[in-house]
Amino acid sequence: MPSEQWTHPEPGDGPAAVAAQPSPEQVIAGLRATSEGGAELTQLLTPEGERVPSPQFDKYVEDVDAEALRGLYRDMVLVRRADREANAMQRQGQLGIWVPLLGQEAAQIGSGRALKANDMAFPSYREHGVAYARGVDMKDLLGIFRCTDHSGWDYQGTGFHPYTIVIGNQVLNAAGYAMGQKFEGKVGDDDGEATICYFGDGATSQGDVHEGFVWAAVYDAPLVFFCQNNQWAISEPTERQSRLPLYQRARGYGFPGIRVDGNDVLACLAVSRWALDECRHGNGPVLIEAFTYRMDAHTTTDDPTRYRLSDELEEWKLKDPIERVRAYLARNGYADHDYFDSVQADADAFAADLREYTFNMPEPPPERIFSNVYAEGNPVLDAQREEFLSYLDGFVSAGEH
Amino acid sequence: MSDLQKLTIGKALNLGLRRAMEEDPKVLIMGEDVGKLGGVFRITDGLQKDFGEQRVLDTPLAESGIIGTAVGLAVRGFRPVCEIQFEGFIFPGFDQISSQLAKLHYRTQGKIKMPVVIRVPFGGGIGAVEHHSESPESLFAHIPGLKVVSISNAVDAYWGIQQAIKSDDPVLFFEPKRLYHSGALRAEIDVTGTPVSCFSSQVVREGTTATVVAYGPSVKVALDAAAAAEDGGQSLEVIDLRTLSPLDLGPVFESVRKTGRLIALSEAPSESSLTSEIAARVQQECFYSLEAPVLRVTGFDTPYPPAKLEEHYLPDLDRVLHAVDRSLAW
Ligand SMILES: Cc1ncc(C[n+]2csc(CCOP(=O)(O)OP(=O)(O)O)c2C)c(N)n1
Repeated sequence: MPSEQWTHPEPGDGPAAVAAQPSPEQVIAGLRATSEGGAELTQLLTPEGERVPSPQFDKYVEDVDAEALRGLYRDMVLVRRADREANAMQRQGQLGIWVPLLGQEAAQIGSGRALKANDMAFPSYREHGVAYARGVDMKDLLGIFRCTDHSGWDYQGTGFHPYTIVIGNQVLNAAGYAMGQKFEGKVGDDDGEATICYFGDGATSQGDVHEGFVWAAVYDAPLVFFCQNNQWAISEPTERQSRLPLYQRARGYGFPGIRVDGNDVLACLAVSRWALDECRHGNGPVLIEAFTYRMDAHTTTDDPTRYRLSDELEEWKLKDPIERVRAYLARNGYADHDYFDSVQADADAFAADLREYTFNMPEPPPERIFSNVYAEGNPVLDAQREEFLSYLDGFVSAGEH
Repeated sequence: MSDLQKLTIGKALNLGLRRAMEEDPKVLIMGEDVGKLGGVFRITDGLQKDFGEQRVLDTPLAESGIIGTAVGLAVRGFRPVCEIQFEGFIFPGFDQISSQLAKLHYRTQGKIKMPVVIRVPFGGGIGAVEHHSESPESLFAHIPGLKVVSISNAVDAYWGIQQAIKSDDPVLFFEPKRLYHSGALRAEIDVTGTPVSCFSSQVVREGTTATVVAYGPSVKVALDAAAAAEDGGQSLEVIDLRTLSPLDLGPVFESVRKTGRLIALSEAPSESSLTSEIAARVQQECFYSLEAPVLRVTGFDTPYPPAKLEEHYLPDLDRVLHAVDRSLAW
């Protein structure tokens, strides 16, 4: 079977599908942060905001008219504004830590908006944009970062699993969930269900991710592996995890892999819809590598100046995921200044709301330490709780607290 | 010529690692972000610059990989020092630790040695999100074949890391992360002086009323409690265990025979833990000397809570003093 068939749904239909295999130099360049993503990058909207036709994927975004595109633009602006607000709040001591998504808005909104109500998403810890797209109130994410909570939203209702911090763990959990969808007969036609699982380029080195690939493959699980290759795992570049562009790994497991421009919201939407569609129809799993860039620090405790050059950031700024949609909308007369201003105003209000909520977030009471450790009773723990609470009461009666 | 330097725990570890690497070309450092970044806590800062990428390895992001390859490198004659970024991320490597690292010497009846050190920043008090504040040391102390140690001060950091690297047995080296950069714990160390032996428990404050035994970050809590107790006319003896497996309980027995009371202090959950072991052994050895049952002051038997609650979760000076009062009231 020609390799193209593994990386593109309908080979031979267009330039991307018939692209030659990259040379070894291109492979290394493809791994490098400063590259264009290699010859096999699927793109529908260039950094300059020009629409590139795609015989394979255009049909997946046929319904995306000017209004829908404005909606995607608005999503990204709101999510970025929220991200920047949270980053600032961390700097002001209101959040313990923040994990920035800056630069990854298109990958997250594009894939998140491709999901249907019954689909399930298993995030890592940076997927604030996907959370927003799933209808999770972004305020509900903030407890984690203010360290008042470990999670805190309606997982079933939104189809958005709790965040996972241990790198790669969620990939196996997602594989199991998707196997469940399959076992329950929820795949096979347009109404089928699918699962999407998010992880980073660094995560692909973990055994759990490899095992997730194996499980999903041998059980034909309806699972889209969505790798956001933001070029860095804290200080380590993608070359430190792989000698092969990550999407090409899928072939070794027997399912298709595809690399999409992760800064192109339209392409991310199209490719995700295609992959989810494959899964719904029972042709999963699929690996998507969204080639993107982390434009801020790994977290607010990280110092990227120790390991990466500012040139790199400058280069990626030219590929900003929001600017290209803005350029496209403006150039085609789909949106004017007033529209952009109104979106900015909405974003500012959205951020102000998050800020107010954060400042007024109640602190958990000490009992919370003991709550819900087990679903069933535990006498040892009950005794410990009673003893500790009465110890604390001692301070209250002594007037110390 | 002595070379006195005033070092934090973090700097002492950095310098100890440097010394070990200078002395033995087979010593390697490996882990996530240990190179250019110098580790997320900067403990390996500058080492890759000076020793190169083949001796300070920025590894792929996989703990089973880090530990499993360290096992193989040790078979080949290297002395790898692995850094685990936070204790909560050691579990992908648990299989390699328990199945290979701890057992190869036994399985080969001594033909294969495992001079591997795994450095693990552990413990709470840094206001972090999940998996960044735990105390899993008892799990490792329960595995035969491993040495488990924990440092509490800069002197032991400097000499202890070198001693761990020199050991032909695998050493799990637990470092109190919230104290890494504590200026108050800066100590004057003669870095060219005679090595100090660090793998035995040590009385760090003498007293007569009761004994408090602790390790790692809790030693500071115990010493603070002892200072506070002094104002109340009580004299607490504080012992830093330093070695968690094998436990060196000799000095603890001796102290309990003197004071008649023991408080075992740790941030870890209490059920089936090191403090359980200490309590069992002390009642066995010192039964007739004890004036009160051994009391434990520990974290709770719950997952580590959201950090806004850690001031309640972590044993503090007040909880130690409360236990001392309970012991005295017996
Ligand atoms: C098992 C495990 N090891 C180490 C860490 C510490 N850590 C947190 S994020 C990170 C880098 C992750 O990089 P990548 O998978 O590329 O995702 P990104 O954060 O770039 O989105 C590391 C090493 C962890 N959370 N879990």
